[in-house]
Amino acid sequence: MDDAFEAIKATFFQECDELLADLESKLLLLEQGQTDGETINAVFRAVHSVKGGAGAFGLEALVRFAHVFETLMDELRAGRKPCDPATVKTLLRASDVLADHVQAAQGLVPPVEETRSAALVAEMETLTHGGAAPTAPLDDDEDDFGFTPLAIDLPGIAPAPEPAAGWRIVFRPHGRMYANANETGLLLRELGRLGPTTVALDETDLPPLDALAPEDGCLTWTIDLSAPVDEAEVREVFDFVETDCDLAITPLGDAPAEFPAFDDEPAVVPPGGDDLDIAALLAKAAAAPIAEPAPAPVSEAPAPVSAPAPAVQAAPTAAAPVTIRVDLDRVDRLINAVGELVIQQAMLSQRVLESGLARSSGVALGLEDLELLTREIQDSVMAIRAQPVKSVFQRMPRLVREVADMTGKAVRLVTSGEETEVDKTVVERLAEPITHMLRNAIDHGLETPEERQAAGKTAEGTVRLAALHRSGRIVIEIADDGKGINRERVRQIALDKGLIAPDAALTDDQIDNLIFLPGFSTASVVSDISGRGVGMDVVKRSIQALGGRISISSVPGKGSTFTLSLPLTLAVLDGMVVAAAGQTLIAPLPAIVESLTPQAGDIHHVGGVDPVIRFRDAFVPLVDVAWGMGFSDTPMDPTQGIAVIVETESGQRAALLFDAIQGQRQVVIKSLESNYQQVEGVAAATILGDGRVALILDIDTLVALRRAGGRPDLKLAS
Amino acid sequence: MTEALDTRELIAFRIGAQEFCVDIMSVREIRGWTPATPLPRTPGYMKGVINLRGTVLPIIDLGARFGLPTTEPTARHVIMVAHIGGRTVGLLVDAVSDILQMSEAQVQPTPDVASDHVKSFVKGIFSIDGRMISLIELDHILPQAEAEAA
Repeated sequence: MDDAFEAIKATFFQECDELLADLESKLLLLEQGQTDGETINAVFRAVHSVKGGAGAFGLEALVRFAHVFETLMDELRAGRKPCDPATVKTLLRASDVLADHVQAAQGLVPPVEETRSAALVAEMETLTHGGAAPTAPLDDDEDDFGFTPLAIDLPGIAPAPEPAAGWRIVFRPHGRMYANANETGLLLRELGRLGPTTVALDETDLPPLDALAPEDGCLTWTIDLSAPVDEAEVREVFDFVETDCDLAITPLGDAPAEFPAFDDEPAVVPPGGDDLDIAALLAKAAAAPIAEPAPAPVSEAPAPVSAPAPAVQAAPTAAAPVTIRVDLDRVDRLINAVGELVIQQAMLSQRVLESGLARSSGVALGLEDLELLTREIQDSVMAIRAQPVKSVFQRMPRLVREVADMTGKAVRLVTSGEETEVDKTVVERLAEPITHMLRNAIDHGLETPEERQAAGKTAEGTVRLAALHRSGRIVIEIADDGKGINRERVRQIALDKGLIAPDAALTDDQIDNLIFLPGFSTASVVSDISGRGVGMDVVKRSIQALGGRISISSVPGKGSTFTLSLPLTLAVLDGMVVAAAGQTLIAPLPAIVESLTPQAGDIHHVGGVDPVIRFRDAFVPLVDVAWGMGFSDTPMDPTQGIAVIVETESGQRAALLFDAIQGQRQVVIKSLESNYQQVEGVAAATILGDGRVALILDIDTLVALRRAGGRPDLKLAS
Repeated sequence: MTEALDTRELIAFRIGAQEFCVDIMSVREIRGWTPATPLPRTPGYMKGVINLRGTVLPIIDLGARFGLPTTEPTARHVIMVAHIGGRTVGLLVDAVSDILQMSEAQVQPTPDVASDHVKSFVKGIFSIDGRMISLIELDHILPQAEAEAA
């Protein structure tokens, strides 16, 4: 009985997680100005479902909070209250508290502090009931900013100028504006938040295609905003682009010029039109009515440009795929079985080949089909485990809000590629490094609003989080438009901490990479958020543990970009097949830098004993793998073998000496621990096409063992 | 040691001139020797690992584990695939000789002549037709199981 109850409760919390994730994504849409009924409805439904379920389980604190939230959403849904940016901000924070309440109800975290919850409840109640400005909220200072914009609700206090019925805005961007990564579409959307707009495009200045300078701005927009807002508010929209455009704002009634032709035609929004000028040109060429090219916005949804158009709703709320819940164990069992199938198939093929059957024989042909089929099954099975990185990305807006609040910085998080899929185990282990790097980007990368304005940037910093597939790997990029890496300081710190030699000649790139060294932390003030001394080296290590790589590029004054590249799955690995003393071994490809044939002149012995090899003007230790692992009793002559230069997770290089390189292939990773135990120098095992087990080398341990004094006493078996 | 139990089935095998047996329930299959991939930095009785239908199976030279001379395996040697404490391991022996039905009452305590090392694996002995067969306890065969027990 109790068990059943607990099981239902577990399901409820599982659903809660999904609902909260959905809630957050919908709120973010609202924040971007997509305040259509459907989105608000979705938020309402999510909160309502959480409340309903919580009621059934008697989770009172959660119910009470959700109820207030729901009431406010109901008001917004009915259109009785405006869904303005200030309200959305409150909603976002409310969703954070709601998530905390859910977690507390699960017993995962201590109960939400009463003051924090009550403060938001008060805030939401004010929004629900109050047309008037709210009385000062509870003395919780973090609540301040949520209220300021509400001042417009007080007509009496509004500045004297007669509330014009609306404004006509004539806006002609210069090429420079686009070059600064501003987009007309976003500005128009911003205007759309102030009230209903009618947008008309004037492309008469557009030269013929052959005379077109694609980076110039040749388009003029005329926007009629019919909302009694203040001129300053309208101007604020263009705040950051004012110097890069011609802008004229006149009260709507006074405007002398009329554009009847434009008014008649509905604005056409080409779906995700990606090139502004070309799109306009094409429209002209086709003698179409006025086209309204929308530059592709950062999110995947087409920009709602003219009216808060119903057409826009369709895209993001595309039909949800039908899904079933399956126990992960079952999926794993299937994946294992398919792994065996792949190996067995490879073995069979090799056997058939060895048996001397003709390639055109029925058996060989049948095997070929089988191989295709096996590959397809493997791909499909891997796809079952593949999950969009969305689940991780979704947690980030909240983190960014919190870190931004703590650091007093204004941050906009732009995410893209949430739908990029990667193996579930990889997704789970992405959250930590991404969290860490986002914190770093905001804490160390971005400047304070004042510094930014002094540097001629927008007060609000932008952090971009993107995921994409590139050559069979997933790439995560975290880019900020902050101050970039202060190389002088980085160098100085590395010097102070003895991480580099005083006379080391380092390239910019090498200096940037110093931040990945263990024990490096640049924050001069150790803040709450980052800079505990466990910085980027931890990130690098956890990425490398996944078989990934991390790199950084930085432009002083413009910002830094961190790029993570990870394998799509942890079930297979790209490896180099090498031979050492009659054994076939696999060296993980991500660790390999390059390979070379050692020349006698390049080999030296430090202290007459430990061999090193010269590699690009640096000496790296030479590790005789067969000898080090005990496969052979005497060290081999380096010039008879192949040296593979590897980079360990700590960034040190070493040369591994093998007899020969046999090739490169993808191998299925098999654990040694499941039936035996961990073996030093061996990361895992795999099964080759001939059916034999091959060991996958643990590069780091091998190099570390070599440093610790070469070869242990333990004799090799057999 | 002397549980009043019914008969149990044991599987008997040979290493050198000696005969041993284990509970048949712990043996999952018996297969011929295939060359193993040696593991570095492992005790001498670890023959390496082989591929058992996709599972990486560690092979233990049971004779060497008991302190007898190491086995030089040939195609005629046998691997008993056994289940020991949640793990699957292969035990290299010379040959499997018999399946026996024994009752606990027939088991005699290990004579005091055996060394402590052997005694830690041999649970008892019994004789059939003048042959002496040692009953093996497999729990301590794997190295870390030994460490845990110590």
